[in-house]
Amino acid sequence: MSGRRRANCELWFALDGCWFEIVPSHNLIGANTFAKLKADHALMEITPLGDSALIVRVRDQFADAPEQTLNEVLGTLRRIEDARIPGVIELAPAYTTIAVFYDPMRVVGAGAKPKGVFDWLAKRIREVVSDADQIRGDQIEMSLIEIPVCYDAEFALDLNEIARRSGLTAQEVVDLHSAAQYRVHCVGFTPGFPYLGGLPGKLATPRRAIPRKEIPAGSVAIGGTQSGIYPVKSPGGWNVIGRTPRRLFDPDKDPPALLRAGDRVRFHAITRGEFEKSIM
Amino acid sequence: MSATVARAGFLTSVQDLGRTGLRQFGVSIGGALDPHALRVANLLVGNDEPTAGLEITLGGSQLRFADARIIAWCGGDFDVDVGSTSLPAGHAVLFRAGDELTIHQAKMGCRALVAISGGIGAPLVLGSRSTDLRANFGGIKGRALRNGDTIPLGKNSERTNILIDNLQEERIAHWSPPHDWSSPAKREPVLHVVRGSEWNRFNDVAIQRFTAGTFTISPDSDRMGVRLEGAELKRNDDVDLVSEAVAPGTIQVPPSGRPILLLGDCQTIGGYPKIAHVITVDLPVAAQLRPGDQVRFREVALGDAHQLLIERARNLEQFRRGLQPHFS
Repeated sequence: MSGRRRANCELWFALDGCWFEIVPSHNLIGANTFAKLKADHALMEITPLGDSALIVRVRDQFADAPEQTLNEVLGTLRRIEDARIPGVIELAPAYTTIAVFYDPMRVVGAGAKPKGVFDWLAKRIREVVSDADQIRGDQIEMSLIEIPVCYDAEFALDLNEIARRSGLTAQEVVDLHSAAQYRVHCVGFTPGFPYLGGLPGKLATPRRAIPRKEIPAGSVAIGGTQSGIYPVKSPGGWNVIGRTPRRLFDPDKDPPALLRAGDRVRFHAITRGEFEKSIM
Repeated sequence: MSATVARAGFLTSVQDLGRTGLRQFGVSIGGALDPHALRVANLLVGNDEPTAGLEITLGGSQLRFADARIIAWCGGDFDVDVGSTSLPAGHAVLFRAGDELTIHQAKMGCRALVAISGGIGAPLVLGSRSTDLRANFGGIKGRALRNGDTIPLGKNSERTNILIDNLQEERIAHWSPPHDWSSPAKREPVLHVVRGSEWNRFNDVAIQRFTAGTFTISPDSDRMGVRLEGAELKRNDDVDLVSEAVAPGTIQVPPSGRPILLLGDCQTIGGYPKIAHVITVDLPVAAQLRPGDQVRFREVALGDAHQLLIERARNLEQFRRGLQPHFS
């Protein structure tokens, strides 16, 4: 990391205190600075996302403490949900933030001045999320979902490339991938697509330089330090390591997605025969 | 109780006001890219505002109706006709059994929102009849309409039946909504924006280019977003951001420096810096941008964006009340 970039980042933290790095915080700024920043951010930052949504930023960082961050995001989400703030339509968590979508007309109907809609909402939200310590103590419920994966060569389009980069054999890659426990940090990209943290460091593989035009539904893949599953056929740049017969997204079900932020996930290897049987 | 698609045209799909409450599962809001136009068109034909209609991209479509319907459309500058009668935007028109609606190629703008009395009877999927063209569900078989498709229609409402009686002679209603609502497409529009979270991450030159420059709509644009060509917008840094929510109207800037204006089918989250957001009352204009069009941006305060939205809601309420005599 260059000195210039490091200096810049410190400057931005000082100015706005709202920018994130994907690199661990201690690589970027001194531990003392980070501790101070954390203290500064006991008050969560709330910023507009256009005129019908806002973003509540729980922490500046994610990669240095993914589990803790995720739990705080989910705890904060729960509190905003429970507060039933007038005009709030829906909430969506992602890594370090919660997006709050609202109807400005209903916010005005609840007593806000037309030009003060954002401040009115931000105040209501702060009232319920101001106590960060208490949120840290919140119980977060999470399901453990087992996902069968067939790592057969026909499905595992990039298994050899992942093995080559990591210096492991293909079998070692499969063993590592299916032994780890993952956590859903976010659902997005396409309906039901889970971004999974917890990938063993050795398996981290950069996204493909040229994304594929079509990745089959059910493909299990690695993108950078995360794993993910393509619920529907779509273009994509992640390295495909196998395929699951389980349906990750079904619009006829409620909820339509198999996974939601906070869930724990484990993969287990199945044979081609088992795959064919369960997809019938 | 149906319509036949004689010609589907470039891209025609069933859309209502979209899906809410499902972003946490990665499901976009979708729906009509100009939801205000769909509301207005529905009001004109005696439907409830959220009723599913058709979103027609660039035109070239023809529909045949099996029974009497009231139809209205709002959107770009299209020649629309039934037989030898031309149908201006924003007017309710009586269609009799066997009549054909033809929407010719757009002369300006990109999309027409067509409301049909009784609404389109596509199945409700996740609370909406909208077609999700990326994940292929909703609408008619989860896809764009094709030649020869049959579109199921709902029953005309009592209000519509009154209107059908009232329009037997004149056929085309003389009353219409404000011109901006029925015909939002503009030549070289100026879209109003509020600042995005990463506004300050762009250097002065980039901000100057963004607020004073002209951008051209790239052919690589669709219901997810409009790609903008013009001066590159460079950031002060090359730091990767943690992905967070985006919404229709968000203008994000990938490393290429060429901004993308997101529309209704956009992803729920994104990792590119958000320089600004087009305000909700200007989304109808944004939905009319087509490849080759030019657009500029002007900053407004968030409070002003809310003020404008609230004024429009009040005007819509007045319009609803004003329609009442025509349905009695």
